[in-house]
Amino acid sequence: MTQLALVIDLNVCVGCHACVTSCKEWNTSGWAGPLTDQRPYDADPTGVFFNRVQTYEAGVFPNTETYHFPKSCLHCEDPPCVPVCPTGASYKREDNGVVLVDYDKCIGCKYCSWACPYGVREFDEQQKVMKKCTLCIDRITDMSLPESERKPACVLACPTRARIYGDIHDPDSDVSVAIREQGGYPLQPEWGTKPSNHYLPRRKTRIQIHEDELVRVDNPLKKEELPTLPEAGETLDDVAW
Amino acid sequence: MHPAFSVIFLTTLIGVGQGLFLALYTGQLYALANLLPAQSSNFYAVGSMVSLVLLFAGLIASFFHLGHPERAWRAATQWRTSWLSREVLALPAAMGLIFLYGTVHFFDLTKPLFVISGTLPVDFSLIIGGLGTLAVFGLFLCTAMIYASLRFIKAWYSPLTVANFLFLGIGSGFMLAAAFSAYQGTSLVSFYGTWAVIATLFGLLTRVATLYRNSQFRCKVDLKSAVGVHHSQLEQKAQGFMGGSFNTREFFHGRSHGLLNLIRYAFLLMVFAVPVILILLAYALESETLPLLAFGIQYLGLILERYHFFTEAQHPQNLYYQSMA
Repeated sequence: MTQLALVIDLNVCVGCHACVTSCKEWNTSGWAGPLTDQRPYDADPTGVFFNRVQTYEAGVFPNTETYHFPKSCLHCEDPPCVPVCPTGASYKREDNGVVLVDYDKCIGCKYCSWACPYGVREFDEQQKVMKKCTLCIDRITDMSLPESERKPACVLACPTRARIYGDIHDPDSDVSVAIREQGGYPLQPEWGTKPSNHYLPRRKTRIQIHEDELVRVDNPLKKEELPTLPEAGETLDDVAW
Repeated sequence: MHPAFSVIFLTTLIGVGQGLFLALYTGQLYALANLLPAQSSNFYAVGSMVSLVLLFAGLIASFFHLGHPERAWRAATQWRTSWLSREVLALPAAMGLIFLYGTVHFFDLTKPLFVISGTLPVDFSLIIGGLGTLAVFGLFLCTAMIYASLRFIKAWYSPLTVANFLFLGIGSGFMLAAAFSAYQGTSLVSFYGTWAVIATLFGLLTRVATLYRNSQFRCKVDLKSAVGVHHSQLEQKAQGFMGGSFNTREFFHGRSHGLLNLIRYAFLLMVFAVPVILILLAYALESETLPLLAFGIQYLGLILERYHFFTEAQHPQNLYYQSMA
Protein backbone atom coordinates (compact mmCIF):
# COMPACT_ATOMS: atom_id res chain seq x y z
CA MET A 1 0.00 0.00 0.00
CA THR A 2 1.12 3.50 -0.72
CA GLN A 3 1.93 5.93 2.09
CA LEU A 4 2.84 9.32 0.73
CA ALA A 5 4.97 11.46 3.01
CA LEU A 6 7.62 14.13 3.26
CA VAL A 7 11.17 13.74 4.42
CA ILE A 8 12.58 17.01 5.74
CA ASP A 9 16.31 17.43 5.78
CA LEU A 10 17.30 19.54 8.78
CA ASN A 11 20.86 19.50 7.45
CA VAL A 12 19.98 21.79 4.58
CA CYS A 13 16.90 23.70 5.75
CA VAL A 14 17.90 27.34 6.03
CA GLY A 15 14.64 28.53 7.60
CA CYS A 16 13.59 30.78 4.71
CA HIS A 17 9.85 30.08 5.16
CA ALA A 18 9.39 29.62 1.39
CA CYS A 19 7.51 26.38 2.12
CA VAL A 20 5.24 28.25 4.54
CA THR A 21 4.30 30.98 2.08
CA SER A 22 3.96 28.72 -0.94
CA CYS A 23 1.77 26.35 1.11
CA LYS A 24 -0.45 29.22 2.20
CA GLU A 25 -0.62 30.59 -1.35
CA TRP A 26 -1.51 27.27 -2.95
CA ASN A 27 -3.95 26.06 -0.34
CA THR A 28 -5.76 29.31 0.36
CA SER A 29 -6.69 29.53 -3.32
CA GLY A 30 -7.20 25.83 -3.93
CA TRP A 31 -9.37 22.89 -2.92
CA ALA A 32 -8.53 23.22 0.80
CA GLY A 33 -9.02 26.97 0.95
CA PRO A 34 -9.50 29.60 2.02
CA LEU A 35 -7.02 29.64 4.88
CA THR A 36 -8.51 32.62 6.61
CA ASP A 37 -6.62 35.28 8.56
CA GLN A 38 -7.76 37.56 11.34
CA ARG A 39 -6.27 41.08 11.60
CA PRO A 40 -3.63 40.28 8.93
CA TYR A 41 -2.40 43.87 8.69
CA ASP A 42 -3.02 44.86 12.30
CA ALA A 43 -1.39 44.33 15.62
CA ASP A 44 -1.55 40.68 16.77
CA PRO A 45 -2.20 39.08 13.37
CA THR A 46 -3.26 35.45 13.31
CA GLY A 47 -4.53 32.90 10.82
CA VAL A 48 -4.52 29.35 9.57
CA PHE A 49 -1.30 27.81 8.27
CA PHE A 50 -0.69 24.19 7.38
CA ASN A 51 3.03 24.51 7.78
CA ARG A 52 5.19 26.53 10.16
CA VAL A 53 8.97 26.80 10.51
CA GLN A 54 10.37 27.03 14.00
CA THR A 55 13.95 27.64 15.06
CA TYR A 56 15.89 25.89 17.79
CA GLU A 57 19.44 26.29 19.01
CA ALA A 58 21.52 23.50 20.47
CA GLY A 59 24.58 24.13 22.60
CA VAL A 60 25.91 27.18 24.43
CA PHE A 61 27.19 30.25 22.63
CA PRO A 62 29.56 30.37 20.81
CA ASN A 63 29.46 26.61 20.27
CA THR A 64 25.93 26.43 18.90
CA GLU A 65 24.05 24.78 16.09
CA THR A 66 20.90 26.36 14.69
CA TYR A 67 18.08 24.07 13.63
CA HIS A 68 15.29 25.31 11.43
CA PHE A 69 12.40 22.96 12.00
CA PRO A 70 9.49 22.89 9.52
CA LYS A 71 6.41 21.50 11.24
CA SER A 72 3.29 20.19 9.50
CA CYS A 73 0.96 17.19 9.66
CA LEU A 74 3.03 14.01 9.76
CA HIS A 75 0.27 11.87 8.15
CA CYS A 76 0.69 9.17 10.79
CA GLU A 77 0.20 5.55 9.76
CA ASP A 78 -1.85 5.13 12.95
CA PRO A 79 -3.35 8.63 13.26
CA PRO A 80 -4.86 9.24 16.73
CA CYS A 81 -6.90 12.17 15.39
CA VAL A 82 -9.02 10.01 13.06
CA PRO A 83 -10.83 7.53 15.38
CA VAL A 84 -11.84 10.26 17.87
CA CYS A 85 -13.71 12.29 15.25
CA PRO A 86 -17.44 11.93 16.07
CA THR A 87 -18.63 12.68 12.53
CA GLY A 88 -16.13 10.85 10.35
CA ALA A 89 -14.97 14.17 8.90
CA SER A 90 -11.36 13.24 9.71
CA TYR A 91 -10.21 10.35 7.62
CA LYS A 92 -7.14 8.67 6.20
CA ARG A 93 -7.23 7.98 2.50
CA GLU A 94 -7.04 4.28 1.74
CA ASP A 95 -5.17 4.67 -1.53
CA ASN A 96 -2.29 6.93 -0.50
CA GLY A 97 -2.44 7.31 3.30
CA VAL A 98 -2.99 11.07 3.34
CA VAL A 99 -4.95 12.26 6.43
CA LEU A 100 -7.66 14.73 5.44
CA VAL A 101 -10.65 16.63 6.85
CA ASP A 102 -13.99 16.79 5.05
CA TYR A 103 -14.96 20.43 5.70
CA ASP A 104 -18.59 19.68 4.86
CA LYS A 105 -18.86 17.11 7.66
CA CYS A 106 -16.70 18.79 10.32
CA ILE A 107 -18.77 20.21 13.20
CA GLY A 108 -15.81 22.13 14.64
CA CYS A 109 -15.67 20.39 18.03
CA LYS A 110 -11.84 20.53 18.02
CA TYR A 111 -11.62 17.08 19.62
CA CYS A 112 -9.19 15.88 16.92
CA SER A 113 -6.77 18.67 17.77
CA TRP A 114 -6.77 17.50 21.39
CA ALA A 115 -5.97 13.99 20.23
CA CYS A 116 -2.98 15.02 18.08
CA PRO A 117 0.25 15.12 20.13
CA TYR A 118 2.02 17.19 17.47
CA GLY A 119 -0.37 20.15 17.42
CA VAL A 120 -0.54 20.30 13.65
CA ARG A 121 -4.28 20.83 13.23
CA GLU A 122 -5.53 24.40 13.16
CA PHE A 123 -9.08 25.58 13.66
CA ASP A 124 -10.35 28.11 11.13
CA GLU A 125 -12.03 30.82 13.22
CA GLN A 126 -13.95 32.12 10.23
CA GLN A 127 -15.15 28.91 8.55
CA LYS A 128 -15.47 27.18 11.96
CA VAL A 129 -13.96 23.90 10.82
CA MET A 130 -10.70 22.11 11.55
CA LYS A 131 -7.98 22.37 8.91
CA LYS A 132 -4.69 20.67 8.33
CA CYS A 133 -1.99 19.87 5.79
CA THR A 134 -3.46 17.98 2.84
CA LEU A 135 -0.08 17.15 1.33
CA CYS A 136 -1.55 19.26 -1.53
CA ILE A 137 -3.89 16.41 -2.38
CA ASP A 138 -5.32 18.50 -5.25
CA ARG A 139 -1.84 18.77 -6.83
CA ILE A 140 -0.45 15.32 -6.23
CA THR A 141 -3.52 13.56 -7.62
CA ASP A 142 -4.02 15.94 -10.57
CA MET A 143 -3.12 13.84 -13.60
CA SER A 144 -3.36 16.88 -15.90
CA LEU A 145 -0.14 18.20 -14.36
CA PRO A 146 3.22 16.96 -15.64
CA GLU A 147 4.70 14.43 -13.24
CA SER A 148 7.46 16.81 -12.15
CA GLU A 149 4.79 19.20 -10.80
CA ARG A 150 2.69 16.51 -9.14
CA LYS A 151 4.26 17.36 -5.79
CA PRO A 152 3.22 19.41 -2.76
CA ALA A 153 3.70 23.17 -3.12
CA CYS A 154 6.20 23.26 -0.24
CA VAL A 155 8.42 20.67 -1.95
CA LEU A 156 8.44 22.60 -5.22
CA ALA A 157 9.19 25.87 -3.41
CA CYS A 158 12.08 24.72 -1.26
CA PRO A 159 15.25 26.39 -2.61
CA THR A 160 17.63 24.00 -0.85
CA ARG A 161 15.71 20.80 -1.61
CA ALA A 162 15.29 20.18 2.10
CA ARG A 163 11.92 18.57 1.42
CA ILE A 164 11.72 15.23 -0.33
CA TYR A 165 8.35 13.79 -1.28
CA GLY A 166 7.39 10.20 -2.06
CA ASP A 167 6.04 6.84 -0.96
CA ILE A 168 7.72 5.58 2.21
CA HIS A 169 6.34 2.08 1.62
CA ASP A 170 8.28 1.77 -1.64
CA PRO A 171 11.80 0.73 -0.53
CA ASP A 172 13.35 2.21 -3.67
CA SER A 173 11.73 5.66 -3.50
CA ASP A 174 13.81 8.77 -2.80
CA VAL A 175 12.21 9.13 0.62
CA SER A 176 12.85 5.54 1.66
CA VAL A 177 16.45 5.69 0.53
CA ALA A 178 16.95 8.99 2.37
CA ILE A 179 15.42 7.62 5.58
CA ARG A 180 17.48 4.45 5.33
CA GLU A 181 20.81 5.94 4.41
CA GLN A 182 20.77 9.36 6.04
CA GLY A 183 19.40 8.44 9.46
CA GLY A 184 15.79 9.54 9.02
CA TYR A 185 13.75 9.65 12.23
CA PRO A 186 10.11 10.26 13.24
CA LEU A 187 8.95 12.79 15.86
CA GLN A 188 7.82 11.64 19.33
CA PRO A 189 8.06 7.94 18.41
CA GLU A 190 7.16 7.05 22.04
CA TRP A 191 3.43 7.37 21.28
CA GLY A 192 3.37 4.68 18.62
CA THR A 193 1.53 6.89 16.13
CA LYS A 194 4.04 5.89 13.43
CA PRO A 195 4.40 9.29 11.73
CA SER A 196 4.94 8.96 7.98
CA ASN A 197 6.90 12.19 7.65
CA HIS A 198 10.49 11.77 8.71
CA TYR A 199 13.29 14.20 9.46
CA LEU A 200 16.93 13.87 8.49
CA PRO A 201 19.40 14.92 11.19
CA ARG A 202 22.22 17.45 10.95
CA ARG A 203 25.30 15.62 9.77
CA LYS A 204 28.85 16.65 8.93
CA THR A 205 31.05 14.65 6.61
CA ARG A 206 34.67 14.79 7.70
CA ILE A 207 37.54 12.55 6.66
CA GLN A 208 40.61 12.27 8.75
CA ILE A 209 43.75 13.24 6.83
CA HIS A 210 47.22 13.19 8.30
CA GLU A 211 49.90 15.64 7.16
CA ASP A 212 52.13 12.91 5.71
CA GLU A 213 49.29 11.67 3.57
CA LEU A 214 49.29 15.03 1.73
CA VAL A 215 53.01 15.29 1.12
CA ARG A 216 54.91 12.69 -0.88
CA VAL A 217 58.17 12.38 0.89
CA ASP A 218 60.20 11.65 -2.25
CA ASN A 219 58.37 13.95 -4.67
CA PRO A 220 61.04 14.67 -7.31
CA LEU A 221 59.59 18.12 -8.12
CA LYS A 222 60.09 19.22 -4.51
CA LYS A 223 63.51 17.64 -4.22
CA GLU A 224 65.22 20.85 -3.05
CA GLU A 225 62.67 21.51 -0.27
CA LEU A 226 62.89 18.08 1.13
CA PRO A 227 65.44 17.00 3.64
CA THR A 228 68.15 15.13 1.84
CA LEU A 229 67.99 11.47 2.35
CA PRO A 230 71.03 9.73 3.53
CA GLU A 231 73.07 8.36 0.66
CA ALA A 232 72.28 4.71 0.87
CA GLY A 233 72.50 3.75 -2.74
CA GLU A 234 69.42 3.30 -4.87
CA THR A 235 66.05 3.24 -3.18
CA LEU A 236 63.21 1.17 -4.41
CA ASP A 237 61.68 4.28 -6.06
CA ASP A 238 64.73 4.79 -8.20
CA VAL A 239 64.47 1.50 -9.91
CA ALA A 240 62.85 1.53 -13.30
CA TRP A 241 60.86 -1.62 -13.66
CA MET B 1 -5.64 23.23 27.94
CA HIS B 2 -7.77 26.29 27.59
CA PRO B 3 -10.94 25.77 29.68
CA ALA B 4 -14.05 26.00 27.47
CA PHE B 5 -17.05 27.18 29.48
CA SER B 6 -19.45 25.39 27.14
CA VAL B 7 -17.87 22.07 28.10
CA ILE B 8 -17.62 23.05 31.78
CA PHE B 9 -21.37 23.72 31.87
CA LEU B 10 -22.15 20.63 29.78
CA THR B 11 -20.29 18.22 32.05
CA THR B 12 -21.39 19.75 35.36
CA LEU B 13 -25.07 20.22 34.40
CA ILE B 14 -25.55 16.73 32.98
CA GLY B 15 -23.66 15.32 35.98
CA VAL B 16 -26.19 16.89 38.36
CA GLY B 17 -29.12 15.81 36.16
CA GLN B 18 -27.92 12.23 36.00
CA GLY B 19 -27.26 12.13 39.75
CA LEU B 20 -30.72 13.51 40.46
CA PHE B 21 -32.35 10.79 38.36
CA LEU B 22 -30.32 8.11 40.12
CA ALA B 23 -31.45 9.60 43.45
CA LEU B 24 -35.13 9.46 42.41
CA TYR B 25 -34.85 5.86 41.28
CA THR B 26 -32.88 4.86 44.38
CA GLY B 27 -35.65 6.42 46.48
CA GLN B 28 -38.25 4.43 44.57
CA LEU B 29 -36.34 1.17 45.09
CA TYR B 30 -36.00 1.87 48.82
CA ALA B 31 -39.70 2.64 49.02
CA LEU B 32 -40.44 -0.61 47.17
CA ALA B 33 -38.49 -2.49 49.83
CA ASN B 34 -40.44 -0.59 52.50
CA LEU B 35 -37.25 1.02 53.78
CA LEU B 36 -38.61 4.47 53.02
CA PRO B 37 -42.12 5.88 52.90
CA ALA B 38 -43.53 5.83 49.37
CA GLN B 39 -43.65 9.23 47.67
CA SER B 40 -46.41 10.79 45.64
CA SER B 41 -46.18 10.32 41.90
CA ASN B 42 -45.85 14.10 41.70
CA PHE B 43 -42.52 13.93 43.55
CA TYR B 44 -41.04 11.61 40.90
CA ALA B 45 -42.62 13.46 37.99
CA VAL B 46 -41.39 16.91 39.06
CA GLY B 47 -38.01 15.45 40.03
CA SER B 48 -37.64 13.84 36.60
CA MET B 49 -38.58 17.14 34.98
CA VAL B 50 -35.86 18.99 36.94
CA SER B 51 -33.37 16.31 35.91
CA LEU B 52 -34.49 16.62 32.29
CA VAL B 53 -34.17 20.41 32.35
CA LEU B 54 -30.60 20.09 33.65
CA LEU B 55 -29.66 17.57 30.95
CA PHE B 56 -31.27 19.77 28.32
CA ALA B 57 -29.39 22.83 29.61
CA GLY B 58 -26.17 20.81 29.34
CA LEU B 59 -27.06 19.82 25.79
CA ILE B 60 -27.68 23.46 24.87
CA ALA B 61 -24.35 24.44 26.47
CA SER B 62 -22.56 21.81 24.37
CA PHE B 63 -23.84 23.39 21.17
CA PHE B 64 -21.90 26.56 22.01
CA HIS B 65 -18.72 24.48 21.76
CA LEU B 66 -19.39 23.57 18.14
CA GLY B 67 -18.34 25.56 15.10
CA HIS B 68 -21.25 24.09 13.12
CA PRO B 69 -24.08 23.16 15.52
CA GLU B 70 -26.44 22.63 12.57
CA ARG B 71 -24.38 19.56 11.63
CA ALA B 72 -24.38 18.15 15.16
CA TRP B 73 -26.51 15.17 14.09
CA ARG B 74 -23.49 13.85 12.18
CA ALA B 75 -21.75 13.34 15.52
CA ALA B 76 -23.87 10.25 16.14
CA THR B 77 -22.28 8.32 13.28
CA GLN B 78 -18.84 7.26 14.57
CA TRP B 79 -19.89 5.47 17.75
CA ARG B 80 -17.68 2.52 16.84
CA THR B 81 -14.50 4.46 17.50
CA SER B 82 -15.27 7.80 19.17
CA TRP B 83 -16.29 8.29 22.80
CA LEU B 84 -17.61 11.72 21.86
CA SER B 85 -19.94 10.09 19.36
CA ARG B 86 -21.02 7.57 22.00
CA GLU B 87 -21.83 10.44 24.36
CA VAL B 88 -23.91 12.05 21.62
CA LEU B 89 -25.99 8.85 21.53
CA ALA B 90 -26.07 8.21 25.29
CA LEU B 91 -27.27 11.71 26.21
CA PRO B 92 -30.56 11.67 24.25
CA ALA B 93 -31.09 8.01 25.24
CA ALA B 94 -30.85 8.95 28.93
CA MET B 95 -33.03 12.02 28.37
CA GLY B 96 -35.68 9.96 26.60
CA LEU B 97 -35.80 7.33 29.35
CA ILE B 98 -35.92 9.98 32.09
CA PHE B 99 -38.75 11.69 30.21
CA LEU B 100 -40.63 8.38 30.02
CA TYR B 101 -39.94 7.70 33.69
CA GLY B 102 -41.40 11.09 34.65
CA THR B 103 -44.37 10.64 32.31
CA VAL B 104 -45.23 7.20 33.69
CA HIS B 105 -45.22 8.64 37.21
CA PHE B 106 -47.12 11.77 36.16
CA PHE B 107 -49.98 9.75 34.64
CA ASP B 108 -49.83 7.26 37.49
CA LEU B 109 -49.21 4.33 35.16
CA THR B 110 -47.72 2.45 38.08
CA LYS B 111 -50.08 -0.48 38.38
CA PRO B 112 -47.98 -3.64 38.78
CA LEU B 113 -47.62 -5.52 35.49
CA PHE B 114 -46.61 -8.72 37.23
CA VAL B 115 -45.31 -9.79 40.61
CA ILE B 116 -42.04 -11.63 41.12
CA SER B 117 -42.05 -14.30 43.88
CA GLY B 118 -45.23 -12.82 45.28
CA THR B 119 -43.33 -9.93 46.85
CA LEU B 120 -41.86 -7.70 44.13
CA PRO B 121 -44.49 -5.88 42.09
CA VAL B 122 -42.99 -4.79 38.75
CA ASP B 123 -44.52 -1.77 37.01
CA PHE B 124 -43.55 0.41 34.04
CA SER B 125 -41.64 2.90 36.20
CA LEU B 126 -39.43 0.15 37.64
CA ILE B 127 -38.48 -1.17 34.19
CA ILE B 128 -38.00 2.24 32.59
CA GLY B 129 -36.10 3.46 35.66
CA GLY B 130 -33.79 0.45 35.44
CA LEU B 131 -33.07 1.11 31.78
CA GLY B 132 -32.62 4.80 32.61
CA THR B 133 -30.09 3.91 35.29
CA LEU B 134 -28.11 1.89 32.74
CA ALA B 135 -28.23 4.79 30.28
CA VAL B 136 -27.14 7.27 32.97
CA PHE B 137 -24.15 5.13 33.97
CA GLY B 138 -23.33 4.69 30.29
CA LEU B 139 -23.46 8.45 29.85
CA PHE B 140 -21.15 9.00 32.84
CA LEU B 141 -18.70 6.56 31.26
CA CYS B 142 -18.88 8.19 27.79
CA THR B 143 -18.46 11.72 29.14
CA ALA B 144 -15.46 10.78 31.25
CA MET B 145 -13.87 8.57 28.57
CA ILE B 146 -13.80 11.52 26.15
CA TYR B 147 -11.02 12.83 28.39
CA ALA B 148 -9.70 9.59 29.87
CA SER B 149 -9.10 8.05 26.43
CA LEU B 150 -6.66 10.75 25.26
CA ARG B 151 -3.42 8.91 25.97
CA PHE B 152 -1.27 11.94 25.17
CA ILE B 153 -2.82 14.03 27.94
CA LYS B 154 -1.50 12.22 30.94
CA ALA B 155 -3.40 14.31 33.50
CA TRP B 156 -6.64 12.85 32.11
CA TYR B 157 -5.46 9.42 30.93
CA SER B 158 -6.50 7.56 34.08
CA PRO B 159 -9.45 5.61 35.54
CA LEU B 160 -9.51 8.35 38.19
CA THR B 161 -11.07 10.67 35.59
CA VAL B 162 -14.03 8.31 35.23
CA ALA B 163 -14.30 7.96 39.03
CA ASN B 164 -14.30 11.76 39.46
CA PHE B 165 -17.04 12.34 36.90
CA LEU B 166 -19.10 9.54 38.43
CA PHE B 167 -18.78 10.46 42.12
CA LEU B 168 -19.04 14.23 41.62
CA GLY B 169 -22.09 13.78 39.39
CA ILE B 170 -23.79 11.42 41.84
CA GLY B 171 -22.79 13.55 44.83
CA SER B 172 -24.17 16.77 43.37
CA GLY B 173 -27.29 14.99 42.07
CA PHE B 174 -28.11 13.51 45.48
CA MET B 175 -27.37 16.91 47.02
CA LEU B 176 -29.96 18.42 44.69
CA ALA B 177 -32.35 15.58 45.55
CA ALA B 178 -31.93 16.44 49.24
CA ALA B 179 -32.61 20.12 48.47
CA PHE B 180 -35.60 19.13 46.32
CA SER B 181 -37.12 16.91 49.04
CA ALA B 182 -36.54 19.63 51.63
CA TYR B 183 -38.30 22.09 49.32
CA GLN B 184 -41.17 19.62 48.78
CA GLY B 185 -41.33 18.96 52.50
CA THR B 186 -40.87 15.21 52.15
CA SER B 187 -39.09 13.04 54.67
CA LEU B 188 -36.28 11.96 52.34
CA VAL B 189 -33.86 14.81 53.16
CA SER B 190 -31.67 12.81 55.51
CA PHE B 191 -31.69 9.77 53.19
CA TYR B 192 -30.56 11.78 50.16
CA GLY B 193 -28.27 13.89 52.31
CA THR B 194 -26.48 10.81 53.66
CA TRP B 195 -25.89 9.38 50.19
CA ALA B 196 -24.84 12.81 48.91
CA VAL B 197 -22.22 13.00 51.66
CA ILE B 198 -21.01 9.45 50.94
CA ALA B 199 -20.66 10.08 47.19
CA THR B 200 -19.04 13.47 47.82
CA LEU B 201 -16.50 11.91 50.17
CA PHE B 202 -15.70 9.22 47.58
CA GLY B 203 -15.29 12.07 45.09
CA LEU B 204 -12.95 13.82 47.53
CA LEU B 205 -10.85 10.67 47.69
CA THR B 206 -10.54 10.26 43.91
CA ARG B 207 -10.16 13.99 43.20
CA VAL B 208 -7.38 14.45 45.73
CA ALA B 209 -5.73 11.30 44.36
CA THR B 210 -5.94 12.90 40.91
CA LEU B 211 -4.41 16.15 42.17
CA TYR B 212 -1.59 14.19 43.81
CA ARG B 213 -1.03 12.09 40.69
CA ASN B 214 -0.88 15.19 38.50
CA SER B 215 1.51 16.96 40.84
CA GLN B 216 3.94 14.04 40.42
CA PHE B 217 3.53 13.71 36.72
CA ARG B 218 6.24 13.93 34.09
CA CYS B 219 5.53 13.96 30.38
CA LYS B 220 6.66 10.87 28.51
CA VAL B 221 8.18 12.97 25.74
CA ASP B 222 10.41 16.00 25.98
CA LEU B 223 11.61 18.70 23.60
CA LYS B 224 14.49 16.51 22.41
CA SER B 225 12.09 13.81 21.24
CA ALA B 226 9.64 16.40 19.89
CA VAL B 227 12.27 17.95 17.62
CA GLY B 228 14.52 14.92 17.35
CA VAL B 229 17.69 16.78 18.37
CA HIS B 230 19.23 14.93 21.25
CA HIS B 231 21.41 17.65 22.66
CA SER B 232 21.44 18.42 26.37
CA GLN B 233 21.15 22.16 25.66
CA LEU B 234 18.26 22.73 23.29
CA GLU B 235 16.48 26.05 23.28
CA GLN B 236 13.65 27.38 21.16
CA LYS B 237 14.47 30.65 19.41
CA ALA B 238 11.37 31.15 17.22
CA GLN B 239 7.97 29.49 17.18
CA GLY B 240 7.20 30.26 13.55
CA PHE B 241 5.00 33.35 13.94
CA MET B 242 4.91 36.64 15.80
CA GLY B 243 1.19 36.81 16.69
CA GLY B 244 -0.79 33.98 18.23
CA SER B 245 -2.12 30.86 16.56
CA PHE B 246 -4.67 28.15 17.31
CA ASN B 247 -1.82 26.24 18.97
CA THR B 248 -1.08 29.01 21.44
CA ARG B 249 -4.77 29.74 22.17
CA GLU B 250 -6.33 26.27 22.51
CA PHE B 251 -3.65 24.47 24.49
CA PHE B 252 -2.58 27.10 27.03
CA HIS B 253 -4.77 28.38 29.85
CA GLY B 254 -2.70 31.54 30.32
CA ARG B 255 -3.57 31.73 34.03
CA SER B 256 -1.05 32.40 36.74
CA HIS B 257 0.10 29.72 39.15
CA GLY B 258 -1.31 31.74 42.03
CA LEU B 259 -4.80 31.96 40.54
CA LEU B 260 -4.86 28.21 39.84
CA ASN B 261 -3.81 27.52 43.44
CA LEU B 262 -6.64 29.76 44.60
CA ILE B 263 -9.11 27.94 42.35
CA ARG B 264 -7.89 24.59 43.64
CA TYR B 265 -8.40 25.53 47.30
CA ALA B 266 -11.73 27.17 46.47
CA PHE B 267 -13.13 24.08 44.74
CA LEU B 268 -11.85 21.74 47.44
CA LEU B 269 -13.78 23.86 49.97
CA MET B 270 -16.88 24.47 47.88
CA VAL B 271 -17.35 20.99 46.41
CA PHE B 272 -16.41 18.92 49.44
CA ALA B 273 -16.02 20.67 52.80
CA VAL B 274 -18.78 23.30 52.86
CA PRO B 275 -21.67 21.22 51.41
CA VAL B 276 -20.93 18.29 53.73
CA ILE B 277 -20.91 20.61 56.77
CA LEU B 278 -24.08 22.36 55.58
CA ILE B 279 -25.96 19.12 55.03
CA LEU B 280 -24.94 17.90 58.50
CA LEU B 281 -26.11 21.22 59.93
CA ALA B 282 -29.35 20.89 58.00
CA TYR B 283 -29.83 17.45 59.58
CA ALA B 284 -29.16 18.82 63.05
CA LEU B 285 -31.31 21.93 62.64
CA GLU B 286 -33.95 20.26 60.44
CA SER B 287 -33.56 23.22 58.12
CA GLU B 288 -35.38 23.37 54.78
CA THR B 289 -33.12 25.94 53.13
CA LEU B 290 -29.65 24.71 54.09
CA PRO B 291 -29.71 21.70 51.68
CA LEU B 292 -30.53 24.12 48.86
CA LEU B 293 -27.62 26.32 49.90
CA ALA B 294 -25.39 23.22 50.12
CA PHE B 295 -26.29 22.26 46.56
CA GLY B 296 -25.83 25.82 45.25
CA ILE B 297 -22.37 26.12 46.74
CA GLN B 298 -21.39 22.65 45.53
CA TYR B 299 -22.50 23.42 41.98
CA LEU B 300 -20.48 26.65 41.89
CA GLY B 301 -17.58 24.64 43.27
CA LEU B 302 -18.01 22.05 40.50
CA ILE B 303 -17.65 24.79 37.89
CA LEU B 304 -14.33 25.75 39.47
CA GLU B 305 -13.39 22.05 39.73
CA ARG B 306 -14.01 21.52 36.00
CA TYR B 307 -12.11 24.72 35.18
CA HIS B 308 -9.16 23.39 37.15
CA PHE B 309 -9.54 20.00 35.43
CA PHE B 310 -8.84 21.65 32.09
CA THR B 311 -5.92 23.73 33.32
CA GLU B 312 -4.32 20.60 34.81
CA ALA B 313 -3.99 19.02 31.38
CA GLN B 314 -0.62 19.55 29.74
CA HIS B 315 -0.79 18.83 26.02
CA PRO B 316 2.42 17.47 24.46
CA GLN B 317 2.07 19.95 21.59
CA ASN B 318 3.02 22.65 24.12
CA LEU B 319 6.59 21.37 23.83
CA TYR B 320 6.77 23.21 20.51
CA TYR B 321 5.84 26.50 22.18
CA GLN B 322 8.41 26.76 24.94
CA SER B 323 8.06 30.49 25.50
CA MET B 324 4.31 30.17 26.13
CA ALA B 325 4.54 27.47 28.79
